Amino acid sequence: MQKMKLVMVGNGMAGVRTLEELIKISPDLYDITVFGAEPNANYNRILLSPVLAGEMTIKDIMLNDVDWYAQNNIKLHLNKKIVRIDRAGRKVIAEDGTTEEYDRLLLATGSNPFILPVQGKELDGVLTYRDIGDTDAMIAAAAKYKHAVVIGGGLLGLEAANGLKLRGMDVTVVHIMPWLMDRQLDKTASQMLQKSLEAKGLKFLLQKQTSEIVGAPTTEGGMRVKAVRFDDGTEIPADLVCMAVGIRPNDDLARQSGIHCNRGIVVNDTMQTFDPRIYAVGECASHRGIAYGLVAPLFDMAKVCANHLGHMGIGRYQGSVTSTKLKVTGIDLFSAGDFSGGDGTEEIVMHDAVGGVYKRIVIKDEHILGAVLYGDTVDGSWYFQMLREKQNIGEIRDHLMFGPTQVNRGHLGNTGHQGQSNAASMPDTMEVCGCNGVCKGTIVKAIKEKGLFSLDDVRKHTKASSSCGSCTGLVEQILASTVGGAYTPQANLTKPMCGCTEHTHEETRKVIREQHLLTIPQVMHFMEWKTPNGCASCRPALNYYLLSTWPHEAKDDPQSRFINERAHANIQKDGTYSVVPRMFGGVTNSSELRRIADVVDKYQIPTVKVTGGQRIDLLGVKKEDLPRVWADLAMPSGHAYAKALRTVKTCVGSEWCRFGVQDSTQMGIDMEKAFWKMYAPHKVKMAVSGCPRNCAESGIKDIGVIGVDSGWEIYVAGNGGIKTEVAQFLCKVKTSEEVIEYSSAFIQLYREEARYLDRTVHWVARVGLDYVRQRVIDDAENRKALFERLQYALQGEKDPWVERTQGMEKHEFEVLSA
Amino acid sequence: MSAQPINIKTAGQPRTWIKVSALEDIPKLGARVVKSAHGDIAVFRNAEDEVFALRDQCPHKGGPLSQGIVFGKTVACPLHNWQIGLADGQAVAPDVGCTGRFEAKIEDGGVYLQL
Repeated sequence: MQKMKLVMVGNGMAGVRTLEELIKISPDLYDITVFGAEPNANYNRILLSPVLAGEMTIKDIMLNDVDWYAQNNIKLHLNKKIVRIDRAGRKVIAEDGTTEEYDRLLLATGSNPFILPVQGKELDGVLTYRDIGDTDAMIAAAAKYKHAVVIGGGLLGLEAANGLKLRGMDVTVVHIMPWLMDRQLDKTASQMLQKSLEAKGLKFLLQKQTSEIVGAPTTEGGMRVKAVRFDDGTEIPADLVCMAVGIRPNDDLARQSGIHCNRGIVVNDTMQTFDPRIYAVGECASHRGIAYGLVAPLFDMAKVCANHLGHMGIGRYQGSVTSTKLKVTGIDLFSAGDFSGGDGTEEIVMHDAVGGVYKRIVIKDEHILGAVLYGDTVDGSWYFQMLREKQNIGEIRDHLMFGPTQVNRGHLGNTGHQGQSNAASMPDTMEVCGCNGVCKGTIVKAIKEKGLFSLDDVRKHTKASSSCGSCTGLVEQILASTVGGAYTPQANLTKPMCGCTEHTHEETRKVIREQHLLTIPQVMHFMEWKTPNGCASCRPALNYYLLSTWPHEAKDDPQSRFINERAHANIQKDGTYSVVPRMFGGVTNSSELRRIADVVDKYQIPTVKVTGGQRIDLLGVKKEDLPRVWADLAMPSGHAYAKALRTVKTCVGSEWCRFGVQDSTQMGIDMEKAFWKMYAPHKVKMAVSGCPRNCAESGIKDIGVIGVDSGWEIYVAGNGGIKTEVAQFLCKVKTSEEVIEYSSAFIQLYREEARYLDRTVHWVARVGLDYVRQRVIDDAENRKALFERLQYALQGEKDPWVERTQGMEKHEFEVLSA
Repeated sequence: MSAQPINIKTAGQPRTWIKVSALEDIPKLGARVVKSAHGDIAVFRNAEDEVFALRDQCPHKGGPLSQGIVFGKTVACPLHNWQIGLADGQAVAPDVGCTGRFEAKIEDGGVYLQL
């Protein structure tokens, strides 16, 4: 089959990123040709500032060198500007006459710097700040001349000014507004910024409008800039003028070719222009009326565009919320969202003028609307994530200002192995990921060498944060500080389940419920999965969603379960299994213990260990022996291998203990009997203590019950794992029947609404305890309904060990021979 | 890269096709373990009813690949989730490693390995 022809005009970050994504999903679909107007291959434009400042070289910021194009069979035309698109003939024509035909055309022409329409704008020494050429010209000028004037006090202007100053020039920044970076900062933060930049030797002229650039003849016969004059008649000397007053989408080519443009090439949610053969991505595109000038949204666009070019046809770009970081060494500044304030908004402000720290968070209806941070920006990505995910911050409001480490629940995953939370100050040798033994230096190296931009990429290449995830926040910080503004954390709310689909967990659950889907193939077909039978990540999730949504209707798919849930035992590092029989409430007797002892002897089980959950673990059992071990034990499955109820830990309680005020052992047995055959999004642990001394450690369980003189207190969403999380008080009840009813309702809500692999702590942190209270405590009818749905789901559920001793799934435990 | 592991006991002997199972005895998107003179072999069956045979050891830490979740033409190792190609025994990038493979075929509903 002949391949289709894809031509890309523009060779910048957004376009090349699209090609990379496309090659990943459909490597053989197209013959690709790329036209770049610049002489260089693809580089990281965001890092031009460090180059100008002398902190990096061009080599450091190259993303794809010419070899990359060759390796991927991409025909690359550098230094060739496309001047015409012949849409009828499906051809593009370059300035020098080079012509290429296309079946699909991708426009990634980027943006042009805006040039002030003043007299003298064409003089020698008047530059913009956009590409390697501009950067080189500024570096050359800095070696020769003294006075530099930067027009524009925005992000780009300040970075240019800083670079020129570091190159030894005397720099004045001219800005028309009353304060610097007026679109990204409020007045207070801006003034602090100005002060620290002044301390670095920069000069500022605010509320000044440039009226003319004055030139003088040079010895070589040209005209070079000499001064900048303002509309109030004053002027300052200038040997170099850098215009950084904004950018305009470069849609000239598209417009001349009759493609609909409106301050950018107008595209729909699939990045398609009004000509269906032509797509546009990056700064040249206008999506829902917005042309983005930051890199992070461009990557989202690239992904969607590649998906459609690759004939997958399912991604949608729905716009981006952006954040800003200034890349001036020694100055920490972060802003995101809308911080203009106004009706109905509230503000939390912390301002230490001497210490140089300013934080302002704008809140509306218990949600973060915007944030400005100056001096201490460590928590920027945390605020930004909550902003993008529209997370309710009502409950953490008191501590919001002090960052995630002070909000002791609510956000797992912000510290490294040793509790480190500030990536920038970490030495390269310090360990970030304790699970996989990955140091900061390894991560930084991988990011630079492999050109990584996303958390997923870093996880794949370095394994950092790919196991327990507790260092995720830190890895994100390292990414942010290494690639600059090109990194934006992906909001969980819009994050697809896995690479097999564009749909989120929530969307998938909703479709399963609304469409009454009963099998994994049905879901994949209906929701247009990209892969024929999913992957090891989505299949177990789908299996759980189907079973929990349609109990007794959906049929379990053992091949979509992790081996532990298929073999009903825990796989160990040597491929043997461990067996943990259930002891309700941690209570056993002589005949059970005798049977356990006999099994250990008969099957020569090497290790017997008492677990942390008050039961006995038999380790090193051969898989083939499992059904016979279970039969000989004649005890129920402990589900120690499953996303299900593990144990209900108890203290002895009032039956024996001189302090006990409630019969915690019996309560624990009752709870364990009520929940023991229940599958859940993740493992579930419970505990019951007979008095507030809390010997069963109810404070760190998914459901912890504490007996008091007048009844029982119920705590939820605790966790003793990766990061200890103290359980939160849910309610107090009088009777043990109520304990069962309220815990049933809580656990059923979790089963129905949490994402697969969410522990209760993660889920409650996301939805808020208030929400849980509303559904479980305040709404008695709903509580009963939840309780009944759990009862229904568990009706007739069998003990998996008993079923397997009777021959079910026999092939799982039999080996073949040759 | 598809070299079969050399076993001292069987080295030099001609390889022959040996029936190890009926196709229906291997679950779709699943695997069975075959004990052989070459050690444990994992025999996989995918959704399209193709069969593949790999040494039952992940190149990473020796995890039993037969116990992993099968999808497409890949199996995820149950120990640390490395993904191994069923057809070539190669780890999916960026992981690097390779496990030995054996020729496998289906004939008259029977699964045969070349051993």
